[in-house]
Amino acid sequence: MSNKQTHRKVWLEFLGSMNLAITILVALSIASIIGTVLQQNQPYTNYIIKFGPFWHEIFRALDLYDVYGSVWFLVLLGFLVLTTSVCIYRNAPVMLKDMKHFRLNVQEKSLRVLHNFNQWTLSEPTDQTEQRVDQILSSRGYKLRRKQDGENIVLAAMKGGMNRMGYILTHTGIIVICIGGLIDGNLPLSVKEWTGKLKVETRDIAAKDVPQISRLKPSDSASFRGSVTIPEGSGSNLVFLNVRDGYLIQELPFAVELKDFRIEHYQSGQPKSFESDLIIHDDQLEEPLKKTIAVNHPLVYRGYNIYQASFADGGSVLQIAARPLFNKNQKSLPLEGKVNSVKQLETINGMLSIELNDFKLFNIFPAEKNDPSGKKFKNFGPSFTFKVRDEDGQAREYVNYMSPVMQEGRYFYLSGMRRSNADQFKYLHIPADSEGSMERFFKFHAMLNDTQRVRQTAEQSVDIALKASKLPDASMRDEIIASMVRLVGLFNQGGYIAIDKDIRDKVPADRQVKVAEAYLKILQNMLQGLYLNLLNSEGVDISKGISPEDNRFFEDAVNGLAGLGAYGTPFYLQLTSFEHRQASGLQITRSPGKNIVYFGCLILIIGIFMMFYIAHQRLWIILKPADNGTEVLLGGAGNRNQRDFAQQFEKLVNLFNRHLP
Amino acid sequence: MSVTQQDLANDLNPRSFISTLSVFDWVWAALLVVGTMYAYQQYAVHMDAYEVGILFGTGIALIGLGWGWKATRVFMLIAGLLSLIAISQYGGDLGQADQRFLLKFLISSQSATMWMSALFIMATVTYFIHLFSGNEFIGKVATSMVWSATTMGTIGLLVRWRESYLISYDYGHIPVSNLYEVFILFAIITALIYLFYEMKFKTRNLGAFALLVISASVAFLLWYHFEKDASKIQPLVPALQSYWMKIHVPANFVGYGSFGLAAMIGIAYLIKDRAVTNNSQSAIMARLPSLEVMDDVMHKAIALGFAFFTIATVLGAMWAAEAWGGYWSWDPKETWALIVWLNYAAWLHMRLTKGWRGKPLAWWAIIGLFVTTFAFLGVNMFLSGLHSYGEL
Ligand code: HEM
Repeated sequence: MSNKQTHRKVWLEFLGSMNLAITILVALSIASIIGTVLQQNQPYTNYIIKFGPFWHEIFRALDLYDVYGSVWFLVLLGFLVLTTSVCIYRNAPVMLKDMKHFRLNVQEKSLRVLHNFNQWTLSEPTDQTEQRVDQILSSRGYKLRRKQDGENIVLAAMKGGMNRMGYILTHTGIIVICIGGLIDGNLPLSVKEWTGKLKVETRDIAAKDVPQISRLKPSDSASFRGSVTIPEGSGSNLVFLNVRDGYLIQELPFAVELKDFRIEHYQSGQPKSFESDLIIHDDQLEEPLKKTIAVNHPLVYRGYNIYQASFADGGSVLQIAARPLFNKNQKSLPLEGKVNSVKQLETINGMLSIELNDFKLFNIFPAEKNDPSGKKFKNFGPSFTFKVRDEDGQAREYVNYMSPVMQEGRYFYLSGMRRSNADQFKYLHIPADSEGSMERFFKFHAMLNDTQRVRQTAEQSVDIALKASKLPDASMRDEIIASMVRLVGLFNQGGYIAIDKDIRDKVPADRQVKVAEAYLKILQNMLQGLYLNLLNSEGVDISKGISPEDNRFFEDAVNGLAGLGAYGTPFYLQLTSFEHRQASGLQITRSPGKNIVYFGCLILIIGIFMMFYIAHQRLWIILKPADNGTEVLLGGAGNRNQRDFAQQFEKLVNLFNRHLP
Repeated sequence: MSVTQQDLANDLNPRSFISTLSVFDWVWAALLVVGTMYAYQQYAVHMDAYEVGILFGTGIALIGLGWGWKATRVFMLIAGLLSLIAISQYGGDLGQADQRFLLKFLISSQSATMWMSALFIMATVTYFIHLFSGNEFIGKVATSMVWSATTMGTIGLLVRWRESYLISYDYGHIPVSNLYEVFILFAIITALIYLFYEMKFKTRNLGAFALLVISASVAFLLWYHFEKDASKIQPLVPALQSYWMKIHVPANFVGYGSFGLAAMIGIAYLIKDRAVTNNSQSAIMARLPSLEVMDDVMHKAIALGFAFFTIATVLGAMWAAEAWGGYWSWDPKETWALIVWLNYAAWLHMRLTKGWRGKPLAWWAIIGLFVTTFAFLGVNMFLSGLHSYGEL
């Protein structure tokens, strides 16, 4: 054997070795685990926050954010295909031969040492016995070959050769699946990227402004998986392919228009179906194709699959009343804006931009445990989400509900606020008045900001106290009034937290608790005074005391007022009306490898069953003429489960016992 | 042995399987054909072509099951009959669950599931008593308890199916759509696979171990029911409204059940193996099947599980292709299915091509169950992905 040939052999042996195969299986498993534990393809900033810049760099360099698209993972898969191929290459010919070959060259010696062996001595001629044996074995599905070996007759029987075929089918199936997967994978894209023909776009710009280098023509890609969000009434002839922290644009040879998007709900409020009415515009079509798609019911058009994937707002028009906060003037400013647009607002805090981000028609939440309706879910009604950004670029995010929501038996307008995406929303609860509106609350709030009025209220209560000579010294009147006004101011601007801080800053530690008690009492008094004023001005008859409802409202309102300081904007945006426009998120894919993969799966499954449930069994019979008769030697071997084969062999021996004379 | 000439001749006439069937086998087939046709005639208007295919496929599969494993016929008949009684007791009114004695205490889906749970736990205890005492009769009692539990569980699921439609027509769906339901399915399927091996290998002494994994799932089920109030029938999210669910989920659970069983046999194997090396004379140990038999059954269970898990994963891929737009998205659930699959593929190769036997494989089967459990439960609990159905 030449040196080169030995080399080749060693290589083949290595590549087709079980050890390598198992190593690859284990390596693939571990890599797969990493990909599931580490969330894939998130924005890089998320990773930096999570792991810090040092580890982020390492993880990024190792492609751990996109394990399944990484080169090393592909190489692993490549090796799986390679070892399996080599394995088939080496084994298949042997097995095919094995399937056909009856191994007639068996020696008596080797037969006798088989685990499964039996022998009989009969008193009939050999040819008669041969006939019997032939009949017995044929009845059990064995195929036979015969050979004359001197005086002896050698019969070789075989059954279940398809087991070997199972091996070939199974392992070929794996290769076929991998090839199909490769066709549908993103290798061609990566190659284009490495060769500089393609560049991932990371800027957040309009699709039409994306440069050619980040665009793919329909003919450029055999397979892709992209998504696009289309508002009702508009269309798109492209989709976005997410690549790591950016995207590419894939152009389509047709345009998809969204006519209508619908969500249906179960009576419990959970979503029941998402449907989009699509119109396909294509020069190849006589007239546009109309089709409704839904989850689990995609449209297949010209080899492109169009799926219902998600939904979003498609630019609903919102009418908003901006109610000024911390102002004795309550006149609100009307605003109109589309979702995804930005409004500028001149305020006491400078120029603020309001980014209208989303509108939701339904907000389904689990209901409170003892909800009177007995339902498990509850619709909070329409809401919109916006960010308020100041001139320094700092932003807070808000979600405001249009209608009041019942909580613990009372109605509140909810407004959630958070400083970053990572936080939960903190909710401001604005109690609805008896008309169900926010008027009374905001009137109350305006009164707190009317210093004139606050002072008057303070004066009134101090004077009453003086008259009742509860206060020792009239000379302190002005000082007391001033501090009462200041207290209300503190509360107005920063709630209880501000008062608490004030006490900690100014009062010696040993007196803090006492002072706090006194302050709270004074504050309560002041707020009550102002509230009575408010009720008076509304014409409520309070001569017989305050009704329990008004009392509850007071408590709720005070809680709400205490939260306004931390709310963070000098206005409250109230949604007054809207024109809903939805958008449907479509996933559009092309996967020409799909049928190849399915074919691979089919032969894989067939092969597995053949391998597991067909056993390849061999029997050998040597018939030796003895004096006045025949000696029968029977030996057998199975390639699968030895216990099963031994049992079958025993049955066979019994059968022989019954049928041999 | 007295054998007639005729017998001998028959013996050698290669007879087809069909000709070995008895009258009762044909009655069984006729019953299923009639049942299937009736279901078709009643409900065809509500089914798409795939569902019709699944209906007839199920009918044929049940005929085959009854022919191949006669004992299941009794089980299927009783479960079917009692379910039909429950359904007729309901009429069209879910409120009957609290009114009718039979429903309230026996065969409403809730009650049947509770019976199943109780019976499985009792069967576990009984199998242990059988193992420790060696009393054959107790063993038989245990086996019949498993059959009864399986029957009750099946009734629980079938009746629940109907109940979902009684809540509201658009709620109706086959009860394999959430963790609560599939845990019942897991218990039933694992029990059936165990019963099959028990019959085939006369291994009643393995019952104590096999029932452990079922009891564990029952314990989870009860916790889930009482702590999380999970037994309420919920409507299907849009992503699950597909005929694929009807075949993907059950195929998966044949896989999970077999793997669970293999791991339990692995435990029994290791215990016995220890006893053997320590030369223990314990009668209990002697009662456990021989190491060879356990090794063999473990292998068979893993092979069965692997075959069905392969089918289930492929079906899952086909469903994903239809629902999410890609047959493979490296979603955590998919990926973990692949991991489980690769793991058992490696197991099978070690056995077949490297000749591994016994202890290492028993350990590996046990570890395999942890991997499988994570794929089944852990992924839903700890990893986010498409299978958590967060979006649609
Ligand atoms: C994902 C990859 C693979 C899968 C799913 C797979 C699957 C299987 C299955 C199910 C069996 C039957 C085991 C049994 O009957 O207990 C088998 C047998 C076998 N496999 Fe693989 N296999 C894979 C890769 C490989 C590779 C890479 C090699 C080559 C090194 C290989 C070589 C063999 C051999 C030699 C047999 C024994 C066949 C026989 O003697 O009947 N397999 N494989």
